[in-house]
Amino acid sequence: METDQALFNYLLRLADSSLILSQRLAEWCGHGPILEEDIALTNVSLDLLGHATALLTYAGKGKSADDLAFLRSEREYRNILLAEQPNGDFACTMLRQFLTDSWHYYLYASLQKSKDETLAAISVKFLKEITYHLRHSSGWVLRLGDGTAESHLRIQNALDELWSFTGDLFDSDSADELMLAAGIGADLNEIRKQWTAHVSELLNKATLKIPESSFMQKGSLQGRHTEYLGYLLAEMQYLPRTYRDAKW
Amino acid sequence: MVTKEFLVGLLSEIPDPEIPVITIKDLGILREVEMGKDSCSVTITPTYSGCPAMRLIEDQIRDVLSGQGIKNIQVNMSYSPAWTTDWISDEAREKLRKYGIAPPEHTSVDKGILMGKSTFPACPQCKSINTELISQFGSTACKALYRCKDCREPFDYFKCI
Repeated sequence: METDQALFNYLLRLADSSLILSQRLAEWCGHGPILEEDIALTNVSLDLLGHATALLTYAGKGKSADDLAFLRSEREYRNILLAEQPNGDFACTMLRQFLTDSWHYYLYASLQKSKDETLAAISVKFLKEITYHLRHSSGWVLRLGDGTAESHLRIQNALDELWSFTGDLFDSDSADELMLAAGIGADLNEIRKQWTAHVSELLNKATLKIPESSFMQKGSLQGRHTEYLGYLLAEMQYLPRTYRDAKW
Repeated sequence: MVTKEFLVGLLSEIPDPEIPVITIKDLGILREVEMGKDSCSVTITPTYSGCPAMRLIEDQIRDVLSGQGIKNIQVNMSYSPAWTTDWISDEAREKLRKYGIAPPEHTSVDKGILMGKSTFPACPQCKSINTELISQFGSTACKALYRCKDCREPFDYFKCI
């Protein structure tokens, strides 16, 4: 694989993960359990959309960020499986957010030192925002886990449901290896260590139990997604695909 | 022929679309202006990555410049160095306070925020520091929502990044 193709694939992995999670969070708009949370979830969604835009614009290769977002099919998407999982209840959304925020936090902290200057610069910017996201989702995981019997049950169910998608966060392919060797990409083994330590500590504090089964879903780097991504893209891409010259 | 100083002066007066009491210069969004013969290139930086006001700010810059007869206008978005609340001038902080938005208290983001350590900004209405956080995310990406426990007024806080 050529270095510029590897960089393109690498940037798509980052961009798609932010874009799909942003779209999921936007589904909460007008449906939040309280007004402040409705606003918080859409604020986070907006930050993630900004991250996706910056990454897709940089990835480019002669295509605009909009073209990359709206004119690629499910099999061409390289987002993490966790991002496309349905919102479920508020506990499920918050747990998914916490697991992803923690991944983003260590990933971009590492990418701040990337040899690719553009990627390093935007990582500095993203990390500032992700710090706020992580603080927000951590607070809710603690509160729901160590809360009432009902809230504990709901977020424990979410953890049981979502845990098998966390292995995919650290899967790598030849693009990752090339980028790591070039000093551009992050070392996912290192990120996995930091992530596992942080996530285990907080879940433990929240009185939640990590499932014992070690089975992990995979396939997103090869474009093999769960059934949910197709439906999400159908909704997200409907307008620009139907009205090809629509402008806003 | 208009001078660069004149154009910078005009661009510096463009108000922020969401907080119109301060300008894009006050906020540190306007980074650089380069002038050619009948061209002008302006570099701006977003406060938050997803700030929806950036498109509008870009349009306003184009309006101002084309109003001065400049044909060839380029607006660049720069992410480096990353925007920080440290760039908000003291004068602008005072304007924010008078407008009812508590200005950022500290320099940049401190790591304590991750551990749940909070800072309590003074109420812009009654100056009390007996305030509490309602939500880390407010009416725009750059603000958090607080409440004053003395005068009972809720208020926006421009959070540090």
